Formats: sequence, C-alpha cells, structure tokens
Amino acid sequence: MISCRHAARLLSEALDRPLSAGERAALRLHTLLCIGCRNYRRQLALLRQACRRRASGEDAMPSTED
Amino acid sequence: MPADPTAADARKPAASRRLPEEAAAIVDELDGFRRDMLRFALLQLRDRASAEDAVQEAMLAALESADRFAQRARLKTWAFSILRNKIVDAIRRRTREASCAAGENEMNDDDFNPLYTADGHWQREMRPATWGNPEQAFENRSFWAVLDACLDDLPPATARVFMMREMLGLETGEICRELSMTANHCWVVLHRARMSLRLCLDQKWFAGAGEQR
Repeated sequence: MISCRHAARLLSEALDRPLSAGERAALRLHTLLCIGCRNYRRQLALLRQACRRRASGEDAMPSTED
Repeated sequence: MPADPTAADARKPAASRRLPEEAAAIVDELDGFRRDMLRFALLQLRDRASAEDAVQEAMLAALESADRFAQRARLKTWAFSILRNKIVDAIRRRTREASCAAGENEMNDDDFNPLYTADGHWQREMRPATWGNPEQAFENRSFWAVLDACLDDLPPATARVFMMREMLGLETGEICRELSMTANHCWVVLHRARMSLRLCLDQKWFAGAGEQR
C-alpha cells in the first residue's frame, strides 16, 4: 500500500491533473483504510471551496454591508 | 464618456462627471466594497501600488460596462470577476518584466518530515482530524481573516502559484508557462502550499474552534 506521504501528494495533484488509473486505484485503496487521509481529502476540498469564495467576494468579510 | 478616463475618475463624486443617475448609483455601490477588493488584490499582488491600480481598473471597467450588467444584486461578484482578470494582467506584466524567480524562497519538502513516521505514515498527533461543518466556519468573519493571515505566511513564490491556481482559477499549464516552471514543479509547489495552509488553518482556527474529532 502507498504511504500517507505519497497519498497526500496524490490527493493534492488530483486537484490539478487527471490521475492515472493506477494512481486512482492506489489512492482509493489507501483512503478506504486510512481515516487521516480521508480527513485530509476533505480538508483540501474545504480549502479549495474557501479560496473560491474568497476570490468571488462572497465571503463574510467586514465592510460588505452597505 | 471620455475614451481614456484616468483611474482616479472612477472615485470622483458622480456629479463632477455628470454621470447618469444609474451610473452614479453603481459607483456608490462599488465604493461600498472597495476595501474588500483592495484587500483581495493586495493578498494576490503583495504590492500596494499595483493592488490599488488593479482595483481602480476593475472599478472603471465595471462602470463602463454597467449597461451590460442588469442584475444589480450580483454586482460584487461581477466586480470581483473583473478584478481577478486585472490581477492576472498585473501578474503577467510583472512576470514578463522580471526574470523567472521560481525556486527563490521556497519551502523545502523536508519541512514536512515531522508530520510523518519514517515509513511515511501520519504521526499520531499530526494525523488530519475532522474539521466539522465548513459552512459554520465560512459564516464567521474571523475565519476569513485567519485564511488571509495563513496565505500571507506562505513564502511569496509559493503563495503566487497557489493563488493563481485557487483564486484566479488558472490551469497549472498556464501557470507554469507564465512562470517558466515545469508542470511537475508546479504540482509540488501547490502540494506544499496546501499542506502548509491546512496546518495553519488547523492550528489557528479549527483546533481552537472546539473539539471536533
């Protein structure tokens, strides 16, 4: 099985490029068994969501109300 | 409207430019979130003068094409999309002028060694935990200040790549052409940035936001 270190790298790269079938399988197997990497995947998704919101001006920053 | 209005004109009181009432209202509204736009531009460009320029250009462009913009409730979203383009332009100008700076000031992968055991698994206390409901964080204003602070803590070259990808929505192919880096280097930098930001948010926000395991 791939290490968490390797899985973390693939979880990030999955956001930037299509993974190969082999990489996808290795990652699926790993995350099935590893709660830490499942959490990491959710955290990366949240980070992306937060950045998109921040970039669209739709966050809850002060001074947005008129 | 003159063909080459200077950026400062967008801030002048409406009356001095004899704007139609509609345009004056839009200027008022844009002014209402000017600070948000500036903060966002500053985060990306890290230089006050070019951030101010990008915001002025975006406000002007928003005003000039205001007639094409019907649905006022989304003015802020629309203005931010223009601003993002202006920021990309500014980055492009800057990277054309400067020689490639990739590699300078960047994090070393060894920085993450303490997270892992020798065989590459998470150290028990470093293992990512559940963050709970993200919507709850997003509704809290302090969360966004923490996010900005975490982005500011990244090494500049790393932050630039990360924000081009996640805030300006560029593909990694565009980023590595723009910054003359290899695609592989780009992925590594993005990975490091996400790793650091995750740690930072975990420590500065989610750990303090209560026990969420």
